[in-house]
Amino acid sequence: MAEPTGIYGLLAEFDAPEKVVAAAQRAYAEGYRRMDAYTPFPVEGLAEALGFHRTRLPVLVLLGGLFGGALGYALLYYAEVIDYPLIVGGKPFHSWPAFIPIVFETTIFFAALSAVLGMLALNGLPMPYHPVFNVPRFALASRDRFFLLIEARDPKFDREATRRFLEALGADGVWEVEP
Amino acid sequence: MNESKTRAVEMTTPFDPQMAILAPGHTYASITDKISAIVLTRRTPRGWFLGFTIAFLLLMLLLFTAAYLLATGVGIWGVTVPVGWGFDIINFVWWIGIGHAGTLISAILLLLRQRWRTSINRFAEAMTLFAVACAGLYPLLHMGRPWLFYWLLPYPNTMGTWPQPRSPLVWDVFAITTYATVSFLFWFIGLIPDLATLRDRARRRFWRILYGFLAMGWRGSARHWARYEMAYLLLAGLATPLVVSVHTVVSFDFAISIIPGWHATIFPPYFVAGAIYSGFAMVITLAIPLRKFYELEDFITLRHLDNMAKIMLATGLIVGYGYLMEAFMAWYSGNPYERYMLLNRLRGPYAPAYWALLVCNVGVVQALWSARVRRNVWALFAIALVVNVGMWLERFVIVVTSLHRDFLPSAWGMYRPTIFDWTMFLGSIGLFLTLMFLFIRLLPVISIFEMRALVPAVASSSGGGTARPAEAPTAS
Repeated sequence: MAEPTGIYGLLAEFDAPEKVVAAAQRAYAEGYRRMDAYTPFPVEGLAEALGFHRTRLPVLVLLGGLFGGALGYALLYYAEVIDYPLIVGGKPFHSWPAFIPIVFETTIFFAALSAVLGMLALNGLPMPYHPVFNVPRFALASRDRFFLLIEARDPKFDREATRRFLEALGADGVWEVEP
Repeated sequence: MNESKTRAVEMTTPFDPQMAILAPGHTYASITDKISAIVLTRRTPRGWFLGFTIAFLLLMLLLFTAAYLLATGVGIWGVTVPVGWGFDIINFVWWIGIGHAGTLISAILLLLRQRWRTSINRFAEAMTLFAVACAGLYPLLHMGRPWLFYWLLPYPNTMGTWPQPRSPLVWDVFAITTYATVSFLFWFIGLIPDLATLRDRARRRFWRILYGFLAMGWRGSARHWARYEMAYLLLAGLATPLVVSVHTVVSFDFAISIIPGWHATIFPPYFVAGAIYSGFAMVITLAIPLRKFYELEDFITLRHLDNMAKIMLATGLIVGYGYLMEAFMAWYSGNPYERYMLLNRLRGPYAPAYWALLVCNVGVVQALWSARVRRNVWALFAIALVVNVGMWLERFVIVVTSLHRDFLPSAWGMYRPTIFDWTMFLGSIGLFLTLMFLFIRLLPVISIFEMRALVPAVASSSGGGTARPAEAPTAS
């Protein structure tokens, strides 16, 4: 752990998606790990360059779907076979083909909910405060600018050396991020 | 219109910038500024106030009708025995069908990597959401006691009963609820990065806080984008079978019964195709004035209109095939009731509606085989309106002609919509348009971040996404 520096990290600004990807790759090769990049649209290869490889989201969605389907079927079985058996059209109480549409819908319902809520939860959103917003230029991260952040928590972080490193990567500017 | 003439000349040149998915020369910044300005800085056009006023008056008509309906009862409508399913079900199916194009554009075209969907998916999804809201009104109000709507939901209750899942009407409850929820999630998740853009660009504190609240602290982190894209892709994969299932279940409302003209296995595919057909007609109806009044021709180009017209033509042909099969099976089945149903449609008291629907849905749409018609905005707008009317007539014919003369001639009757059926219908159009006008004013009508992602693609090949070989060599 590097000694406390009083800042959250250093934010470097780039004007093109290729530049921020290249910068992230160089920083990763240099040994920096606690970093993030901010872009106005998804940039291919950027998350991988930062060392992020896989999201657990598909597993969550699968589990959500299985849960929804099981819940739907259990509900119908309990209602139609156990709690309120009614003969309709001469069909057996456990007339599973008639249950399929509802089980299908509950499967989709819970899978879709887990996709959205899972994405938000894994991303840590909603997040009312984040230090990067203290940099005024950061408002352009949702317009046309691309940013690479190296956090002060990174063991390799050094206020001066990291700044020189980021400037050498071709950044248009490097800003200190207030915590 | 001389504009279309110059376009026709340009069509013969190898590369036509009007046929790109994004007009050349745009940068990340110009796209952001132009789309967010509609919400944040541009003066609201006078036309918006005019349109909103008309839509809002129609919405008041809906509220008036609904209030009168609740005070009096469904007797104010024309529904009666034997036609107990008049305008409510016609309009329900019509609205829910319109919604389907939004999901098709946002989900199915995403899975098929059709990049041209980008500039139309946002408002098409909004259209879906608002159309589903209008659709949902009808079955609720048709119940007569809408405040007891929760009886439709499965919950342990003191009556000791459960909804009956062997009935397609209960399937409908689940299908529509799921569809409305997933459509909302899809729309909202797509909005999050754009809400962050609005938050960062809003000058007034109130709007910064409001958009900031809705953006939930989105900051465009690369890790977030990776999960976001995965979630979006999974949602698209889930919404695709969902949208097919929803109109399938709606068609089951008819097909599971034994009424002549309803009891047909072709109903699910024929309904789904009809839904997409009417939905694309509505997207075109909304897109053409939108691009004109907000000068969005650079983003919603002739290429988009051309592609949507082609989808409309393709689904229109499937619908035409459905009509043909209905008639063929009525004859081939040898069933006297089915045969009479067809003859009654062709020659009975509602024959004008049947012939009009054939002209609208099968006849007029054939003009779209011509590229010149597809790229003429006025012609396309007129055809889309005709298809909207035609698809409404289709549901009218299906609901009314089958019910009013079924098995026993002694039980036959006529259906006549009352003034309140019409005010309710106009009112639901008012609800739809009011929500649409508010959406255009308060939220980005085109997905900004997805348009930014198109910039590098367009810069490298001006045709964009699926550039035609003939265009590529002259691309800048």
